[in-house]
Amino acid sequence: MSDVALALGGANFDGLVEITELAGQGMVTLRGDLTDNTIVTAVNDVFGVTLPGTRETAFSGDTGALWMSPDEAMLLCSYDKAQDLADDLAAKLADAHALVVNVSDARAVFQLKGTMLREVIAKLAPVDMRADAFTPGMVRRTRMAQVAAAFWMDDASTARVVCFRSVAAYMFGILSMSADDSSAVNHFTR
Amino acid sequence: MLLITCPYCGVAAEETELHAGGEAHLTRFGPDSSDEDFTGYLFHRENPKGVHFERWRHVNGCGKWFHAARCTNTLEVFGTYSAQTTEPPKDILDTIRAKRPGFTWRTIA
Repeated sequence: MSDVALALGGANFDGLVEITELAGQGMVTLRGDLTDNTIVTAVNDVFGVTLPGTRETAFSGDTGALWMSPDEAMLLCSYDKAQDLADDLAAKLADAHALVVNVSDARAVFQLKGTMLREVIAKLAPVDMRADAFTPGMVRRTRMAQVAAAFWMDDASTARVVCFRSVAAYMFGILSMSADDSSAVNHFTR
Repeated sequence: MLLITCPYCGVAAEETELHAGGEAHLTRFGPDSSDEDFTGYLFHRENPKGVHFERWRHVNGCGKWFHAARCTNTLEVFGTYSAQTTEPPKDILDTIRAKRPGFTWRTIA
């Protein structure tokens, strides 16, 4: 298999938070009724996760599922396994009203690490980032500055931001600017 | 700032996360309709100062179309509801009637 060519070659920035472009993340998009038992069971069999509820995430080892809309979920796995798992799931859902596609190369993923990540995100997205409003286990599809994005928190000091690959450089630019050491507002730590 | 709650994902979305889709509950008149009906469908829109029913799309979010009832004067949002309907639900109409007695909008009052 050929090497995974990252949009920014694994770019890195260290400021209020450490921003890293993550190496190839396997992503499989699933469209269908997320409450349909056939679909829930098939996803559990293939990815080992139970489909999450509204705006929630579910993780099990290196696989996971993100709630995207009432009829869309993003399934995460390792990059190498994505095609096999997608084929597997598609075969299991052949008779269901569902669509499964491997979209691993469509997006760029950035990891934000540091206790200031709420502030870095809040400067870019119209989302309430207070600790009691947005918690690990939630996912939010929104915009960051001028581009569509989604993000979730793995724990109190780690978040992952996903955007389309074509706007990866823009996303890295605005994240870096928002995380510039001299731009601290300290809104959430005051 | 306009905050509208998306009925599909439950997010109280800020205006910049949404896209306005024009007037709600239009009846489409197609090729075999009369000229008057077709003109009305294509061009004639309500432009109220007050209660209005609109289509919105949660474009930077879950991507779903939905309906919203709001006041164009005060930006108060009376409620949002599913796109899969041809008329506003009763509970939203009751809310509006209580807050804006005597309102009319097309054939709704």
